[in-house]
Order: sequence, then structure tokens, then C-alpha cells
Amino acid sequence: MSRPVELPRWIDIAVLPLVNLALALAVAAVVVAGIGLSPVQVLSLLVKGAFGSAAGLSYTLYYATTFVFTGLAVAVAFHGGLFNIGGEGQAMMGGLGCSVVALVLGNHLPASVLLPLMVLAAAVSGAAWAAVPAALQAWRGSHIVITTIMFNFIASALLAYLLLNVLKAPGSMTVETEPFPDAARMPGVHQALGWIGIAWPRTPLNLSVLLALLAAVAVSLFLWRSRAGYALRAVGFSPDAAHYGGIQPRGQIMLGMLISGALAGLVGINELAGVQHRLLLDYVMGAGFTGIAVSLIGRNHPVGIVLASLLFGALYQGGAELAFEIPGFSRDMITTLQGLIVLFSGAMAQVAAPTLGRLYGWLAPRPVHTAAAGAAHG
Amino acid sequence: MVSSPAGARVAASAPAVLMQAISKRFGAVQANRAVKLAVAAGTAHGIVGENGAGKSTLMAILYGLYQADSGSIQIEGQAVRITGSAQAIALGIGMVHQHFMLVDPLSALDNIMLGAEPHWRLGRARRQVRAALQTLMDDSGLQVRLDTAVEDLPVGERQRLEILKALFRGARILILDEPTAVLTPQETEQLFVTLRRLRAAGTTLLLITHKLKEIMALCDAVTVMRAGAVVFDGPIADCSLDQLAEAMVGRRVNLGRAVGAGAGAGAGAGAGAGAGAGAGSGAAEAPQARGATLLAARDLQWRDALGVQRLAGVSLTLRAGEIVGIAGVSGNGQSELLAMLSGMAAPQAGSLTLGRQTFTASRWLDPSTARAAGLAHVPEDRHRCGMVLRFAAWETAVLGYQRSRRFASAWGWLKRATMRSCTAQMMDAYDVRPRNPDLRASKFSGGNQQKLVLAREALAAELPPTVLLVGQPTRGVDIGAIEFIHGRLRAMRDAGGALLLVSSELDEILALADRVLVMDRGRIAGELAIADCTEAALGRLMAGAHEENAV
Repeated sequence: MSRPVELPRWIDIAVLPLVNLALALAVAAVVVAGIGLSPVQVLSLLVKGAFGSAAGLSYTLYYATTFVFTGLAVAVAFHGGLFNIGGEGQAMMGGLGCSVVALVLGNHLPASVLLPLMVLAAAVSGAAWAAVPAALQAWRGSHIVITTIMFNFIASALLAYLLLNVLKAPGSMTVETEPFPDAARMPGVHQALGWIGIAWPRTPLNLSVLLALLAAVAVSLFLWRSRAGYALRAVGFSPDAAHYGGIQPRGQIMLGMLISGALAGLVGINELAGVQHRLLLDYVMGAGFTGIAVSLIGRNHPVGIVLASLLFGALYQGGAELAFEIPGFSRDMITTLQGLIVLFSGAMAQVAAPTLGRLYGWLAPRPVHTAAAGAAHG
Repeated sequence: MVSSPAGARVAASAPAVLMQAISKRFGAVQANRAVKLAVAAGTAHGIVGENGAGKSTLMAILYGLYQADSGSIQIEGQAVRITGSAQAIALGIGMVHQHFMLVDPLSALDNIMLGAEPHWRLGRARRQVRAALQTLMDDSGLQVRLDTAVEDLPVGERQRLEILKALFRGARILILDEPTAVLTPQETEQLFVTLRRLRAAGTTLLLITHKLKEIMALCDAVTVMRAGAVVFDGPIADCSLDQLAEAMVGRRVNLGRAVGAGAGAGAGAGAGAGAGAGAGSGAAEAPQARGATLLAARDLQWRDALGVQRLAGVSLTLRAGEIVGIAGVSGNGQSELLAMLSGMAAPQAGSLTLGRQTFTASRWLDPSTARAAGLAHVPEDRHRCGMVLRFAAWETAVLGYQRSRRFASAWGWLKRATMRSCTAQMMDAYDVRPRNPDLRASKFSGGNQQKLVLAREALAAELPPTVLLVGQPTRGVDIGAIEFIHGRLRAMRDAGGALLLVSSELDEILALADRVLVMDRGRIAGELAIADCTEAALGRLMAGAHEENAV
């Protein structure tokens, strides 16, 4: 009874996130005004930059694709009660896996076989990188937050070592592999649309965006329609109840982390097979960590994660446009705005809830009968 | 610290506590509506009601934990606004919570002193407090070993410590929330002696309970609450147990059967709140034709991680068509026994025969093999184990049976429509309200959650279970649901099931069991046929008297 007032579902799902976003933008507007720029101008340029042109939209979607993968990765682990901070490292390993397949088999296989193999390799490598912290958690009780953070550094070091000593193109001055063969390149959306006769500007957006949508659907089906997802969520909500229900928590820790790592590994497909067409250092660029914010804001639900990814994609793209358009507006401002959104929509997501609840209490018709019924059954 | 009798007489003109027109609302739930409570100084006043009737809310308002939406409070004639527990303590109100608020590793003395240290140098503070406490203990008769760590004190002594803590802070009005929930009958009797002595010394007692017997035994006046409002208020002399039970529930209740016919004074008490039930269930008294042994445990031994022997060689058998009750003070191995039998934990030694299968300590059963062998389990703590509170009812209603082909396809996809319709059937069969399979499990009241768990264990398996382990089936459950749950357990027994009932409520065991095993310090201290059960006999076994006799 001492718990805060329960909000109706539609307010909780739709209104509250919008209010949080509006609060973040309002505070950002104050900051923007503080450095002597017009908040209205900045916001309109941001929106126009992100959605106002085919090219802008494509860039937004390209960024969003990566965030969908890392966001889903965080969410799946979270439903199992695990906080996977290791998306960054798992994404690096995913990229490594698909690059090895591309470089070794690229000249021998057609794209229709090679690309699925690369997707598989990315997923398996990401999963393998997540498997070690998962096993340490399941059998040794090492906290997954600590181990996955440490595995990010190990992944980074391993990638650098392999690139420098094994995979670097001979004679090249830059730390990167030879370019992938053509068969190992994920077709860009401009190419795919060109096949059916639609002209589209050339952007990094590639067919991985469909893979991301597919992953979001698959994650929903897994979490809410499969027995394995049921078991994973049972462990996440209540390990004791799961144990009572004959569910082995260890198995679920492994399962949740493997799926999580596989999803993070798919970042390699979007960034390497889709855009860079070679393995290089630092291509993940913090997307693994952004995935945590995306999952938090998306309430660990695939639909929310897709929407939150779009928001972050728009911020990345719109921010780049802004830095280009307005002198004196640096990328740091966009980082500030992202920070505010994470703060209001993630960390302080429930701060506005009591106020909304009170507003709703005033506006909604008072249910007379529930008082007696609630108390009698309560 | 205890008011002098003279002080009590002065205050007697004004009630110690006068709460008027108290209303409190939590969202859609009106927890208190225009409640009036008047407690004369130096009396014991009982507040009874079902779970959710609003008695805890009322006391939380008195103790300053909640603010009333409207209404007024007078303490000893003074109008006050109590905005926090610190202020309540300053006004001389003390509260003994149902779950003790003690720091286990600290000594009893330090616990009393905590937050009220008279000096910043703890050595000096301890000396001062010890001197004050000695007087207090002598005056009140509350004897506590002050230098023992709380974790080493028995439950009864911890409770005395809680009371002492309140008195040390100057409580003249003492609120006791379900004080006897964890006590043996002997400890309860001892507590009542103490409470009577405190009352005689002028302390005002407010006793929240759902055990009407205790109200009758101790209190001078009683307030009955239902659905947030006061439905009865008056001196105890004016009412009978039946009247109170009826007022509490809003209809007549029939809770059990008369126990141990002819066994003397203690027997009548076994019928609990449904004191009028004596004649009710003659049919159930008839000796059952008991069938084959369905479960036989032999010499179960288990030490916990700290090496403490929690089960020291427990053997028992369950036969078809009987309910075996496990009585005992909480923490004497009952929970561990349930954990072993249900497969949630494995013993270090012993064996278990379940139907035709035999399990040894090295190859123990786990919860899924237990279910596959026809063993169902209603766990003691439904919130921690029995259900996933954040699942919808239809999801939590298959917990443990998610592998069954009924609920999932060969490919591992959940049959959500079947899960929902099965949940709806369970809700119909066990009268779970509201009948909404999509409602989150945590939104159901305790009684309805328990009915849902029981329904699942009875109905979710493809074949009905042959053995049912039941832990605390009615803990935190209101009277109406208790009656219903007891009926279902009896029906399962009559249908040939073997039931093991672990309960800290003696009344419940006496009302349901065909024979009773008493556990004490990890052993079966004794077995009694239900006809031989008196509270006195059970209490002696529970308190470990068998060993003294043996010596």
C-alpha cells in the first residue's frame, strides 16, 4: 500500500516517455540559449538534419541499426537479470569473426552464401566472447558487470594485437585489413533500391537495417512466446521462483548471455560488411555503451528499443549536421543533449510519474466501486 | 519509564489514544474511512480484521509512518499531528513490529541503545543504559540477556527485547503488531503475563491481531475493522468469539473441527476463530481408509553452509488419503524438510521413495523430477518462490509445468491460448478474484495469490498430483480464503491424495491433519494422532520437553 500510485498502462508507456523527452529538450534548450544560440533554430535544424532529406534519413537509420543491435543485446540479458556491459567487446569480436570469414572465404563463395555465413560468424563470435563472463557468473559467481567490462578491454587489446601482427594488409601503413572482396559486402540500400528502379542517395545505410528489424522481431518472439524466453524471464524476475519451477538458473545465464553477445556481434555486419568493407580499429565507437542507454529508454522492449534507437540515430545525424551548419556548435553539445536524454528518460524515468499520477487522479473520473472492492480483497 | 499507577489514574480522564474520523486513501483503495478509535489509558485494546481491513494503516498513521488524509488524533487529551516515528516516540508511543527491527550481530543492549545513545562515548553510554534497563526489567518483568547477540536469542526473547526497546524510549502506549505470530503456546502465555503486568503498571496496549482467542484472553476492549471501516467497537465483556468472527468477515465462518474430544481444557481452543465449528464436520472425523505409502523419507540429514545441522535424521511416511501435519516453532527444520522433499535442495544423507522411484542423497530429485513423479508443492513463501510476481497470472499459473506438452509445443513455443484458458479454469475452480488471467500476479491479494498457487499445483499437471506438500497455506490470507483453502486441502485428501502440511498456525494443523509430527531442532520430536492432540501436549513437544523426559 505504501507503493506509489499505479499509473494506467497507456500513460506509463506513451505519455511518460514523451514527458521525459520534453523535459530533456527543455533543459537542453536552456543550455543552448546559455551559449547564445536560438533553441528553436537548433532544434529545427536538428530535426531537419536527421529526417529532412533522404540522405539525412538514411544516415539516421544507419546509426539506429547499430543501436538496435546493441540495445537488444542489453535488453535480452536484462530480462534474465543480467547487466551486460560488454556489448562493446562483443561487437568487436563479432566484427573480427565476420571479417575472418570474409577474408578467408570471400574469393571462393558467392554473396548469397557468404553473407549469411558472415552473419553467423559475427553472432557466434559475439556469443563466444560473452560466454566466458557468463560461465564465470554461472559457476563461479563472478559478477557479470565487472567481468564484461574487463572483457571490453581484453577485446580491444586482442583486436589491436591481431590487426597489427596477423591481419594487417602487408605493406600497409594503416592498421586495417585488406578490403573485403565484393561478395562479402552487404548491399547498400541505395543499391537495393536501385535494383527495383528507385533512385536513392548513396549513404552508409545498408541491408543490415532489415537484419536489425528481424532481430527485434525474433527477440520479441523469443522473450514472450518461447518456453526458453519464459524461463529466462522467470530467472530474471525471481531466481528463487525459477528454481522452484524446475528452471536451472545456470542454463539461463548462459542462454541469455549467448543471445546477448550474438546480437551485439551483429554490429560488425552493419559497420564492417555494410560500410567499412575491412576490419579496422575502434569501429564500434561506443555503440555498445549507447546500447545500454537505448535499452534503458526503450524499457527493454524491442519496440521501445527500435524507437529509442531512432532517437539516438537522429541525435547522431542531426548533431553532425548542426556542427556543420552552425559555427560554434560542437559535437560536445550533442553529447550534452544525449546525456540529458539518458538522464531524464533513463536514470530519472520515474521522477515525473507521481506528478502525472496526481494529474491523472484529478482529471480521471473517480472509480467509486473499486475502493470497497479493493479493500475487501486486499 | 513505565508510568506510575498514579500517572495512569490522572490520564484516565482522557483516553490515551483518540483517533477521530481518520480517512486514508491509496490510489483507488480507501484504506481507512472515517475510523474512530478510542483507547482508555491503562487498558489493552484489540484491533482485529482481515488482511487489508486497514488496521495496519491505522496503526501506521498513529505511529507517524503515514499521514491521514483527514481526521484528528489526540494523545492523552492533547491534539497532535504526528509527522514521523520520532515524534510518535516523543509522544510516548512505541511500536513492536511483526518483523523485528533488530540488528542481529549486535548485543541486546546495543540494540536497545541504537539511536538513543545517552553519550557519545559508547562505554559510558552502555553503563548508563544498563543501569536504566536493569530497573526497567525488574519493574516490567521483561527479562533479556543484555550481552547476548540478538542472533543468538530465541524468538520470544527477541520480542521481549523489542518491547523493552520501546519502553526504554519512554513508551506509555505500546502498539503490538501480530505479536504471537512466531511464538510457541508457552511463549505466548509468557508474553501475556508480561503484557498484563505492563497494563497493570499503566501502559496502554494496542494489539493488532487476527487471532480472536488472544483478544478474548488479554484485551479489555476491541475494535473490529472491515474494508477500511470500523464495524464493531466495544468492551470485550459484551461480545463472544462468534460475534467477533462474524463481524470481521461479514458472514458466518466455519473454520475447522473440534479437536481431541475429551482431552480437556486445551481442546476447545483448537477450533480457532470459528469457535462455533465444533459440530460441523463429523464426517471428516471418521477414520479414513488409508492407502498405500506414497512417500517415504528415511533419515534425512542436512547441514547448512555454516555447518549447522538443520535436519538431524528425519524419517516420515505419507500414505494415500491422509494429511500429516508438521508442527513446531518456526526454524526447527520444517522449511528445510519441505525443501528436501520437494527437490529444491538435496540432503547430505538419507533417501526418499516417491511412488516407485527411490532417490538417494547422491542422486536427489530436483523440482522437475519431483513434479514428473506426481509431487506438487505449495511453497511456504509464495512471493519468493511460489510465483513470479511480475508475470501475468496466466504466466505464473504454469510455473513448474512450462515443460508440459499442455503448455508448450515440441519446438518450445508457448501455447499462450491454452495457458490463458487453463488459468481461467483454475480461477473458476478456486474462486480466484478478480478472474482476470492477464492481471499481473502481484496485483492479486494474498489470499487470491495463494488460491492461484494451490490451483496450479492441483490442476496444472496433466495427471493430478498424488503427493502435495503444503507450506504455510494460509499465511497472510484472510479468513474467507482460509476456509476455502482448507476445504480444498480436505477434498484432495478425501480424493486419495497424500498431503504434508507445514504450518506455524497450530489451529490450522489441528483443523486439518489426521496425525501430527512435531519438529524440534531438526528432529521429529514426536508423533500424535489427532485425537491425542491438545495444545498443551503439542506445546510440550514443540518446546523440546521430550528430551527432558528422556533424561
